[in-house]
Amino acid sequence: MSESSRAAGGHKTLSQVLKIIIAVIVLFIYLFPFVLVLINSLKTKVAIVKTPLLLVDAKGPQWVNYKNAIEEMDFIRAFGNSLFVVGVSVVLLMIFSSMAAWLFVRYNKWLASRISFSAMLASMIVPFQVVMIPLIAIYGAQLHLQNYRMTMVFMNLGFGVSMCTFMCHGFIKGNIPLALEEAARIDGAGYHRTFFTIVLPLLKPILSTISILQILNYWNDYLLPSMIFTRKQYYTLPLAIRTFYGEFSSDYGNIMAGLTLSVAPVIIIYLILQKHVIGGIVAGAVK
Amino acid sequence: MNQNMSFRKKLGLFLSFAGPAVFFFVCVVIIPLIYGIYLTFTDWNGLSDVKNLVGLDNYAATFRDSAFWNSLLLTTGFALLSVLFINVIAFFLAYLLTSGVKGQNFFRAGFFTPNLIGGLILGYIWQIIFSRVFPSLYSIFPITLLQKSWLSAPGTAFASMVIVQTWQLSGYMLLIFISGFVGISEDVLEAAKIDGANERQTTWHIRLPLMVPSFVVCLFLSLTRSFKIYDMNLSLTAGGPYNSTKMTAMHVYTQAFENQRYGVGQAEALIFFIVIAVISLTQTYLGKKREVEA
Repeated sequence: MSESSRAAGGHKTLSQVLKIIIAVIVLFIYLFPFVLVLINSLKTKVAIVKTPLLLVDAKGPQWVNYKNAIEEMDFIRAFGNSLFVVGVSVVLLMIFSSMAAWLFVRYNKWLASRISFSAMLASMIVPFQVVMIPLIAIYGAQLHLQNYRMTMVFMNLGFGVSMCTFMCHGFIKGNIPLALEEAARIDGAGYHRTFFTIVLPLLKPILSTISILQILNYWNDYLLPSMIFTRKQYYTLPLAIRTFYGEFSSDYGNIMAGLTLSVAPVIIIYLILQKHVIGGIVAGAVK
Repeated sequence: MNQNMSFRKKLGLFLSFAGPAVFFFVCVVIIPLIYGIYLTFTDWNGLSDVKNLVGLDNYAATFRDSAFWNSLLLTTGFALLSVLFINVIAFFLAYLLTSGVKGQNFFRAGFFTPNLIGGLILGYIWQIIFSRVFPSLYSIFPITLLQKSWLSAPGTAFASMVIVQTWQLSGYMLLIFISGFVGISEDVLEAAKIDGANERQTTWHIRLPLMVPSFVVCLFLSLTRSFKIYDMNLSLTAGGPYNSTKMTAMHVYTQAFENQRYGVGQAEALIFFIVIAVISLTQTYLGKKREVEA
């Protein structure tokens, strides 16, 4: 590793300590905004305005902020909506894109395969803003499909398949030996059975990368859901926090509690799966 | 695998495997893309069933829409500044963390944290910092910069956006730079050392050229993401004060959904797309040309 050679200089310990100190200071600055929100989520409005940096409120922790935020944001319902939309989208996305990718790799000479795959590749540079107006014109104004959770799932799939098919395509091409499938086929298994029993289990590494990337994408998505869901009962977390922020923008304590609640689930999962998340992001970015 | 089969069998196989993915993709991306081009030639207002063809009127209106061109200029400035800060900071942090600092994984994970959260929430968090926490620090550190909310004046509001964008994405690019540093072969560095190269020379003449692929990826990701900025823009400054920080994505949104000028909004979105595509493809092309073999 390059580390050892560069660290092998003369003032090893001193420069190491200095580097760690710098790294710690910078990391502290990076994480400070989150700390700030967390400590202020338990304070009264007055204390937040006067002494935002103080750890605790003179009147003790204001748990009432959380109670207010949960009620006013309709947090449980919004959380459930987010969970449903993200869960269904990601599971379907993984099945459909891995199936498509397999076909595009194994039958790469078919014109239909080549056209579909190239179109998906090319579409990856299209920014959402280009399709957002026509999407609403078609699915909102003409087909009246707004305010259905499945519409959101449908669009998540449409926007997600290109990237995921592309990533699975690379993985299947490089890592899945054809001989395995041929053996299964000779034993009389059909195409689908071969795919689901032989190929799909081998795709686990790439599918876990994809699911991490897409769960983050879908969970944090704001603009598309804001156009699909106009009724409060369907609001996902980002929509709920936006409305909440608009209504209570001067109630800092409640706002901070609401922000903490929306950040917490992701951070907790990150603490548990940190290695996988980082590995997945790197693998996804370099592709 | 045997690719000679009857047409019906081929069709069945294609539809049962690629059918769903292609269907969603066509419905959500391809059809709207084509329909969007048609919309730029109509005067649709978002409500009526009638769409009159108006020729090139929307493009003419786009041409005259100085707010749009200003937003494009502003977004370009925002993207360039952000890309510069993001990559310089990420590169130096990656250099620091790979030079034998213990707990590299811990730091890596910590710096990445802002990327787990959506731009909307990050914008809200920083809005409180710039508009509340900074002014309250004025009593302790009486410098003019902290006297009033950063979001109340155009210059500082723009700076706030660059800061938040840099803060978020540098932790992301850091991961890519780290994997670039770790990927440099030990033999090459050893050879340079034997040839008498010092630390600075090794970094400048060996590491940097070998890091070009990482730079290409990082520049591409940070550039496209900064150009498309919307969520953070909405929650941090909402385009204000006086539309001074309204980026192109937000301009397109207001043009269509608030001014009900869908045709003009769509024409502007198309031009926005072309600008992003040209810039990012040129950048990738130029970067790829500079890649070297180790």
